[in-house]
Amino acid sequence: MGLKTPLYDAHVADNAKLVDFGGWDMPIHYGSQIEEHHAIRRDAGVCDVSHMTVVDVAGAQSRAFLGYLLANDVAKLTVPGKALYSAMLNEEGGILDDLIVYLTEDGYRVVVNCATREKDLAWMEKQSSGFDCVLTERPELAILAIQGPESLEKVKAIVTPERAKLISELKPFVGRFSGDWFIARTGYTGEKGVEIILPGTDADAFWRAIRGAEITAVGLGARDTLRLEAGMNLYGSDMDETVNPFESNMGSTVVMTDDRDFIGKSALLVAKTTKELVGLVMLEKGVLRGHYPVFSQGLQVGEITSGAYSPTLSHSIALARINIGAGPLEVEIRNKRLPVRKVAPPFARNGKQAYQLTDES
Amino acid sequence: MSEFPGELRYAKSHEWARVEDDGTITVGISDHAQDALGDVVYVELPEVDAKVAASGEAGVVESVKAASDIYAPISGTIIAVNTTLEDAPETVNESPYGDGWFFKLKPNDLGELENLMDMSTYQKLCEAEDH
Repeated sequence: MGLKTPLYDAHVADNAKLVDFGGWDMPIHYGSQIEEHHAIRRDAGVCDVSHMTVVDVAGAQSRAFLGYLLANDVAKLTVPGKALYSAMLNEEGGILDDLIVYLTEDGYRVVVNCATREKDLAWMEKQSSGFDCVLTERPELAILAIQGPESLEKVKAIVTPERAKLISELKPFVGRFSGDWFIARTGYTGEKGVEIILPGTDADAFWRAIRGAEITAVGLGARDTLRLEAGMNLYGSDMDETVNPFESNMGSTVVMTDDRDFIGKSALLVAKTTKELVGLVMLEKGVLRGHYPVFSQGLQVGEITSGAYSPTLSHSIALARINIGAGPLEVEIRNKRLPVRKVAPPFARNGKQAYQLTDES
Repeated sequence: MSEFPGELRYAKSHEWARVEDDGTITVGISDHAQDALGDVVYVELPEVDAKVAASGEAGVVESVKAASDIYAPISGTIIAVNTTLEDAPETVNESPYGDGWFFKLKPNDLGELENLMDMSTYQKLCEAEDH
């Protein structure tokens, strides 16, 4: 038996199929992954992501610490509540994790991946030693992602008037406290929605209210196909310590142009980037999957890092790391090479196709 | 709970085989198998007239979760394939023992069915896999 979120019993009551996910017993689906996927693209769905790790950073030098720790620059966060997506690099420029950091009234709130929790916490603690700041993990908190075109209206109907007003006022990629709930217009699906970080003791009652508001329970299976359609990287699949942000379609999240020093910067300044992370679409029948080899003109030029059948597009999509500029591309599936087109992610957002085929595809 | 019809024979690799009145065999995957796979999104069927060996590859089923080979439960010649699965692969989830069948074959030797499991043996195998 693995670790349980405060919503474990609620998942069992909702007939979840539970699987081990980074040491946690988590719902992979509640019956049909594809129906859950469509619920978020077309209506509203809720996903328990309480297994993710929340770390609050407080103290006079919090900003300086995060400025040194992260490849993206927290100085961009000038308005409380604003969120920033960033890689956390090692000295060699390899990606230790990707994370979201929110500027709060008292400091910063950082949300990192669950599978990397221990490594991340040890690294952050070690790197913070020269700074006047305190890191506090918040394992008592639950996190619910409520996403989909109808999600905001449906959530507003079941929270206090004050929180409903807050949700109406929040701009995308901004989060605010309301009492001990932190409500943010962020997500991992490419749809409108909120992520709510709340005390674990409030989670079960809120889950029941959410389910009573005809918001579909969504497992981590659909969460993965939604994030892939949205063109978002998954740590451990699309990037890890062996690759840098430029090889991971994350160059725009690295701020290198000023004199700020950050961990990994000196390595990135001299890095020779020969690989790129690109989107692939396959219009033939079949499913692209992680680690399938990618070929161009008979030679292997890379491999798929994440692949899936896209329920929104009704064909398969993938992210692949290939030699820069390679093409035309084929993917080998069970000893057969099938043509794929190279596209710029995202593949689908806001309920519909978001990629374009070009002459270079 | 998965269903295990008593009139079928089952392979360790989770295909079922049904003897039709004309002595041909219809093959599909079990309810337990479709449940474990999750939503089926693509099915690759064998060619009609292809000769298949017992436990030989006879297609692929791709779900949201994984790609799995389909094996012929006994040897024979493929005489029909369920082309509706090409456009409606979800039929495998909805009706694993009915409209979700994969192919029919003309067996070389019906006696090979004895090498397959009956319902209660197969059910025990599935329960063991779940634990």
